[in-house]
Amino acid sequence: MNHLRAWLRRLAGLVPTQQQEQEFSSELESHLQLHIDDNLRFGMTPEEARRNAILKLGGVEHTKQAHRGRRTLPLLETTLQDVCYALRQLRRSPGFTATAILMLALGIGASIAIFAFVDAALIKPLPYTDPTRLADVAERGAAFSRSNLSYLDFVDWQRLNKTFSSLDAYGGGGYLLSTPSGVEPVPAARVSDGFFRTLGVRPILGRDFYSGEDQPNAPATVILTYGTWQRRFGGRKDILNQTITLSGTPTTVIGVLPEDFQFAPRGSAEFWSTLHDHNNCEKRRSCHNLFAIGRLKDGVSFETAQADMAAIAKQLEIQYPGSNRDQGANIGRLSELIVGTIRPILLVLLAGACLLLIIACVNVASLLLVRSESRRREFAVREALGASPARLIRQFITEGLVLISAGTLAGLAAGTLAMRLLLSLISRDMLSSMPYLSRLSLNTHVLLFTAVIALLAAAIFSLTPVLRLPTTAMREALNEGDRSSAGTLWRRLGANLVVLELTIAVVLLVSAGLLGKSFYRLLHVELGFDPSHLSTTYVSLAANTYSTPAGLDVATNKDENIVRIARNIIDRVSALPGVASVGITSMLPVSGNGNTDWIRIVGHPFHGEHNEVNQRDVSADYLKTIHARLIRGRLFTDQEDSTRPKVAVINKAFAEKYFPGEDPIGEKYGNGDLKPESIREIVGIVDNIRESSLDEDIWPAEYTPFNQETDSYFAVVVRTSADEKSLLPALSAAIHQVDPRIGTLDEQTMLQRIDNSQTAYLHRSAAWLVGGFAALALLLGVIGLYGVIAYSVSQRTREIGVRMALGAQRATVYQLILREAGLLTAIGIAAGIVCALVAATLLRGLLFQIRTWDLSTLALVAIVLGIAALIASYIPAHRAASINPVEALRAE
Amino acid sequence: MGDKTDVWQGTLALMVLKTLESMGPLHGYGIARRIEQTSGDLLSLNYGTLYPALLRLEQEGAIASEWGLSENNRRAKFYSLTRTGRRLLHKETRSWEQTTAILARFLAPSEEA
Repeated sequence: MNHLRAWLRRLAGLVPTQQQEQEFSSELESHLQLHIDDNLRFGMTPEEARRNAILKLGGVEHTKQAHRGRRTLPLLETTLQDVCYALRQLRRSPGFTATAILMLALGIGASIAIFAFVDAALIKPLPYTDPTRLADVAERGAAFSRSNLSYLDFVDWQRLNKTFSSLDAYGGGGYLLSTPSGVEPVPAARVSDGFFRTLGVRPILGRDFYSGEDQPNAPATVILTYGTWQRRFGGRKDILNQTITLSGTPTTVIGVLPEDFQFAPRGSAEFWSTLHDHNNCEKRRSCHNLFAIGRLKDGVSFETAQADMAAIAKQLEIQYPGSNRDQGANIGRLSELIVGTIRPILLVLLAGACLLLIIACVNVASLLLVRSESRRREFAVREALGASPARLIRQFITEGLVLISAGTLAGLAAGTLAMRLLLSLISRDMLSSMPYLSRLSLNTHVLLFTAVIALLAAAIFSLTPVLRLPTTAMREALNEGDRSSAGTLWRRLGANLVVLELTIAVVLLVSAGLLGKSFYRLLHVELGFDPSHLSTTYVSLAANTYSTPAGLDVATNKDENIVRIARNIIDRVSALPGVASVGITSMLPVSGNGNTDWIRIVGHPFHGEHNEVNQRDVSADYLKTIHARLIRGRLFTDQEDSTRPKVAVINKAFAEKYFPGEDPIGEKYGNGDLKPESIREIVGIVDNIRESSLDEDIWPAEYTPFNQETDSYFAVVVRTSADEKSLLPALSAAIHQVDPRIGTLDEQTMLQRIDNSQTAYLHRSAAWLVGGFAALALLLGVIGLYGVIAYSVSQRTREIGVRMALGAQRATVYQLILREAGLLTAIGIAAGIVCALVAATLLRGLLFQIRTWDLSTLALVAIVLGIAALIASYIPAHRAASINPVEALRAE
Repeated sequence: MGDKTDVWQGTLALMVLKTLESMGPLHGYGIARRIEQTSGDLLSLNYGTLYPALLRLEQEGAIASEWGLSENNRRAKFYSLTRTGRRLLHKETRSWEQTTAILARFLAPSEEA
């Protein structure tokens, strides 16, 4: 207690008060006076009395010092003095201080921001119970290594597997939610009954699905996400057991999911329902529309599960050769599925940010070194005045720490801003597929990371000047002539640091160049159609809205209804001002391979293999609207509907793969068993339209008449002579005029769609961010080079003066300085290119249509850096050449 | 600071407290003289060492200080014992007595032998 009190009072004593000092002085004075009085009384002379009193005290200054030491905490006090001194020093050279803090803030801020993303995406586990035991379960098709799971296969897998304690399926989907103001399309997911139990997620309100609630006879029930509950239903607790209408089906709300629930594969889903309403696809084993998640039994590895499921798939292949040929199993980690695509990009960015941080640290350290050189005499004087070497070193470290602290604080602020900025740049669609980013924050992980890099930087900063502060040599530094040796030493060290900086700058520049070029190539990939001036929207028709009058064949009538409504939509939209043509497709281009059909060519040998081709159901004018190039034959017409023979237009890849050296026009193909109703005739060939995402391969594709293969969910594509963006609202309005019960969603122009596609998005963000890092690295590296050369010139002023006095030309002086800079730059570029080649192989996964040793990129980087370095070293070289020899020699 | 000084500091503090208990409020010089006299001039005290000890006791709240006038009308800082100081003195006295008693027992047999 008493000790604590004493310590606190000593801590308070840190605030230096003149009063305390004076008070003790007068106390000592009175002490001496009392003693002198006594001594005088004993008969000493006044001088003797005073001398004796002081002697007995043990020295006035000594006593004061001891008292002072006890008054405060000496270590803390001197540290505070050092900090004050450091602040004063830094204030005296605001240019240096601002530069140093700015560089550190840049490096630290960039690292923090990127690390926060890494933390949110890669380090924090998924918000499920024991997430590392969760598996992503899918099929493996001939064309897709991870393909959708068919419902009937899923049921067999669930029944037969021995490695999962639970296995549950999920599928995407959407409903038309009936609201007082009409229908609204809402994203949804359909799952098997135990889905949430497998994840380990419990509704915060109401209940989970009962076991068996996903069977066809079960009543329709739905669980809401927290956001939907709040937004659409005002967070009312009485929503439970209420009935809402989803796509015309009355559905009971039974629960609400927790606020932090997320499931990235169906990130946007607002309504979670069961698979009780089997659609046509789920009734056929050959139709794949689901994925599954499984929780591994204790002690079972992912490899064992893979083997187990592969064996079951094999068994099913024998049992159902028609539908299951070549259909294997693909078991992976759920976390890999969720963050697998973003991981390499984040790691590349983190590496880039860390390299930038290193450059910033090296730069600031070298600035400190330069200062330590120019302050050698100051230190020598201070040592001569009695400062201990330890104290001098501590002073130096304190200066470094003050810089680091300021830099870290500024870096934290910059990092937080950068985090916000980066997050706001991510579109809403992208964010829904990366829900884990919602947890992005300045949390303990990030703060810990900040502390670690601050400590590392502090270590670098403290060590460099200390190494350069040979205290024994200090007294010598008082002799003015002695600077050449110290100067050379620093020049060598500084030169090494600059080479390191330039190397890193080259690595970042080359990476940025490769990524930028990949992105450029990606955006300029051959599309096979003209994406400009196209407005698009998806349209959803509620299946049972177009209900069947009694006595008619269900399928035909529904199809006819859809054909009729589609024709109405086309007519209505065509009448809009500025519209040139209108088309309908089941799936827009550049959205990805998939929605495939298995075909068999009539008259070709066939052994049951799955010939997978993209299938797109399109209206007669669709291919014309998007400006696809017809190579041979004809496009189909609006009259070719279910009453006419089935026809198809194929793409070039289809023709090349299945009709090598033959003319496909007039040939026929059908499904695997060539059922008569599946046979269609090829009437035309178009050039390859990029159905796949930008970086995927072109697959064979068939374009079949929408009027023969209807869908209740399709896209409308409009070519307009006016601005395609401003047409979008009119487009939706026109469709709603046809029937207010039609839902429209995802209205975008074609160019927006391509620009916002995940592939373009990831490549663009990687290219821009690494480009930004590279630009900063170039700037910092060049500043570093300038610093070293300028310092070298200032150290060699006298030498240059002598040379010039002896007749050296200005050109020779230029040469002298530029040669020094050129050598450093050349070494830096050479080392950088070697490192960049290694780095580029690590980048390979992010590159598109470009080799890791892209010569033009390497050459461009070398030229850019060379020119920048030349400019940076020209300034000091010019200064050296304009030295007046007389003044240089006269200067000390 | 070495251990020896610590022991010395501890005993010096005890002497100061005891002096203030028996003499009442006293200035630094008076305390120093009193300690010398009590020790029968066996203890030659460097008066300067007293002041850090006084400061420490004051920081710990064992003593309080106040400016006043000395017997021969000199301005001086007077130290007096506080309640905490009195408690501390008793505690320290007891522990010191214990220490000396133990040491005495240690030293006694060697004299006999």
